Amino acid sequence: MTESDQTATRPSHPWQPRHPRSDHPRVLVLAGGLSHERDVSLRSGRRVAEALHGIGVTVEVRDVDAGLLPLLTRHRPDCVVPLLHGETGEDGALREVLELVGVPYVGARPAACRMAFDKPIAKVIAARAGLRTPRSVTLPHATFRELGATGVMAALVSALGTPLIVKPARGGSALGCTVVRDAGSLPGAMVDAYAYGATALVEQLVEGSEVAVPVVDTGAGPRALPVVSIEPDGGIYDYTARYTAGSTEFVVPAKLPEELAAECARVAVTAHEALGLRDLSRSDLMIDAESRVWFLEVNVAPGLTETSTVPLAVRAAGLDLGTLVSDLVQAAVDRAD
Amino acid sequence: MSSEIRAAGVPPSGRPDRLDSYVDRYAARTAGMTASEIRALFAVASRPEVVSLAGGMPNISGLPLDVVGRAIQDLIRDQGTTAMQYSSGQGDPTLREQVVEVMGLEGIEAHPDDVVVTVGSQQAVDLVTRIFCDPGDVVICEAPSYVGALGVFRSWQCEVVHAATDEHGLVPDALREVIAACRSRGRRIKFLYTIPNYHNPAGVTLPSQRRTEILEICRQGDVLVLEDNPYGLLGFDGDPIRALRADEADGVIYLGSFSKTFAPGFRVGWVLAPHAVREKLVLAQESATLCPPSFSQMAVSAYLTHHDWQGQIKAFREMYRERRDAMVSALDDLMPAGSRWNVPGGGFYVWMTLPDGLDAKAMLPRAVTARVAYVPGTAFFADGSGAQSMRLSYCYPTPERIREGLRRLTGVIEEELDLQHTFGATQRGPHRGYDAPKPDLS
Repeated sequence: MTESDQTATRPSHPWQPRHPRSDHPRVLVLAGGLSHERDVSLRSGRRVAEALHGIGVTVEVRDVDAGLLPLLTRHRPDCVVPLLHGETGEDGALREVLELVGVPYVGARPAACRMAFDKPIAKVIAARAGLRTPRSVTLPHATFRELGATGVMAALVSALGTPLIVKPARGGSALGCTVVRDAGSLPGAMVDAYAYGATALVEQLVEGSEVAVPVVDTGAGPRALPVVSIEPDGGIYDYTARYTAGSTEFVVPAKLPEELAAECARVAVTAHEALGLRDLSRSDLMIDAESRVWFLEVNVAPGLTETSTVPLAVRAAGLDLGTLVSDLVQAAVDRAD
Repeated sequence: MSSEIRAAGVPPSGRPDRLDSYVDRYAARTAGMTASEIRALFAVASRPEVVSLAGGMPNISGLPLDVVGRAIQDLIRDQGTTAMQYSSGQGDPTLREQVVEVMGLEGIEAHPDDVVVTVGSQQAVDLVTRIFCDPGDVVICEAPSYVGALGVFRSWQCEVVHAATDEHGLVPDALREVIAACRSRGRRIKFLYTIPNYHNPAGVTLPSQRRTEILEICRQGDVLVLEDNPYGLLGFDGDPIRALRADEADGVIYLGSFSKTFAPGFRVGWVLAPHAVREKLVLAQESATLCPPSFSQMAVSAYLTHHDWQGQIKAFREMYRERRDAMVSALDDLMPAGSRWNVPGGGFYVWMTLPDGLDAKAMLPRAVTARVAYVPGTAFFADGSGAQSMRLSYCYPTPERIREGLRRLTGVIEEELDLQHTFGATQRGPHRGYDAPKPDLS
């Protein structure tokens, strides 16, 4: 038994659905990987495989390891759905390899992924597209070491003020993110962010309502799904709030004035287009007290777990997750043809 | 479009905006049962690229599977209808006699009637806590203590009070102080939970003099002792150490297990308790499971009957000793100044304390990136302290992998020291949550 067999759930008979339909492509869902978000990815993979399986699609879930390329060669699927979160999955690397071997896949192309996965770069592109994004500074650890941390941190607080949020420049699931309400807690927040990567983003914290807006494009152009509002019990949408069922209040469609909901949708679609994304993305936004919408980040492989926001929006839009992913698969296959 | 989020088949609740329709109905004891980013990081540790020094799985690759296979085949052929039937809540009589023989190696004289077989000694901790503890009762634990026991105490809503340990285990004066402090607060102390031999996670062993002193403190203070001894036969030097229970029959409840001396998959452990306590444990066992698994008990019994189990334990000891030596040697060679660790005389674990100011929990993501994993010390303290320390397991990886893992860990620590040099010592609040890996992590 391979490692992937042990760690990723899949139908008992690979490629054999309960109610096979010959008109469906054979789909390989990639989940797991070696990033900090492996556990979340495995959950997303299981969820999507079940959804596809339920509508008769022949699907296999597989981890990403040294056995993947031989598998793609020997048993080439019609399409890959990469659901790896974090590095390799969202930074474009895996998709580069899929392009090398010529296997169609769902989602953005490698260059777009590289830009979207890097939060500071994504913010720059979003700002150039006219979106409002919180003021921020991006710094590697080396800068603090070389220039002196005390002085750099003082300059940061002086320029950005407080409260701040410190994040790893690359990564998801709020891992390594810390809200800083006083300058004294900034060093610890920096250290925690650098535990997840070499570069940290220090951003002005926008107080207000957090919302998530998925964007899908099954061939007719990108469109936003209903806005999901997020109200975690503890006030911070951290890892525990994200993946403990019941610990966060979700309202979908969010209870927003129509114009504000439309603005959120516009921001998400604009970010999707400006970054050159395709098929599926999720933008994370904040709405401040003046009803201004702020772009925070966009995800090219958004979580599709039981507690993720995209499946909620899919359902609220009157769609079925399996059918939607199947449509995205078909679009990817058609694109390759 | 409706905003209601509800799984099919789930009854209506007052919280349709929640992904868990039962969110308002759980018992208060589930409050800490939440997702943990630390547990999520352990998902990566299961990949072969990662050197896992985090798990606690016994290394059973040396077991004679042919002998076990034949014994189980014979069991099914000759006693299948018994093995697959309900049995006594107290456990199989033959196995209980064998358990008494096993405990005899540690100086314990007991009668099989006072043994209750449990689903691993983990269930024994649960049953003892179930019959003794009301919410708010105090359980005294070593600092640090076994994460699985802390989970049980938390689930029965006990107040865990830690007593300090040093390189020789539980410090008698610290125990005296904790007992006095609890009593002065008007708290009811139900028992002292202790792992005297090759402690999980601290790796330390209580010397003879301290054993006597601790038993005397508990006798005088009227504190029951819960002696958990899963590693007692896995010492690397000399004969097995005399159990606390060998010198105190009335004030000690003893827990044993076949998980480390045979195999954990059978889930067979036991409790040895004074007669009256045993009566309640049997009723509690019947309430929890009706009876421990007949098949597992008979399979373990057959193994003990037909195999040189003491010879097998000797082979386990040699294997673990080789791995302990590999770990300690690599620590000596590699770790930066300021790191401290013990040299365990048996069992599975080394407890390492990082240079001042470093935080093992905060450092774990960097370690996972470097493809090495450990358990942060915070998992072993009920109050979430212990962040400067970590548990390193040598039971499963090969000696070569252990050295490689520690080489990677050294690099991680050096990067953290670099960060500390840049930012200074950083203060964080106490860590809380389920930070231990799942039981099937190697």
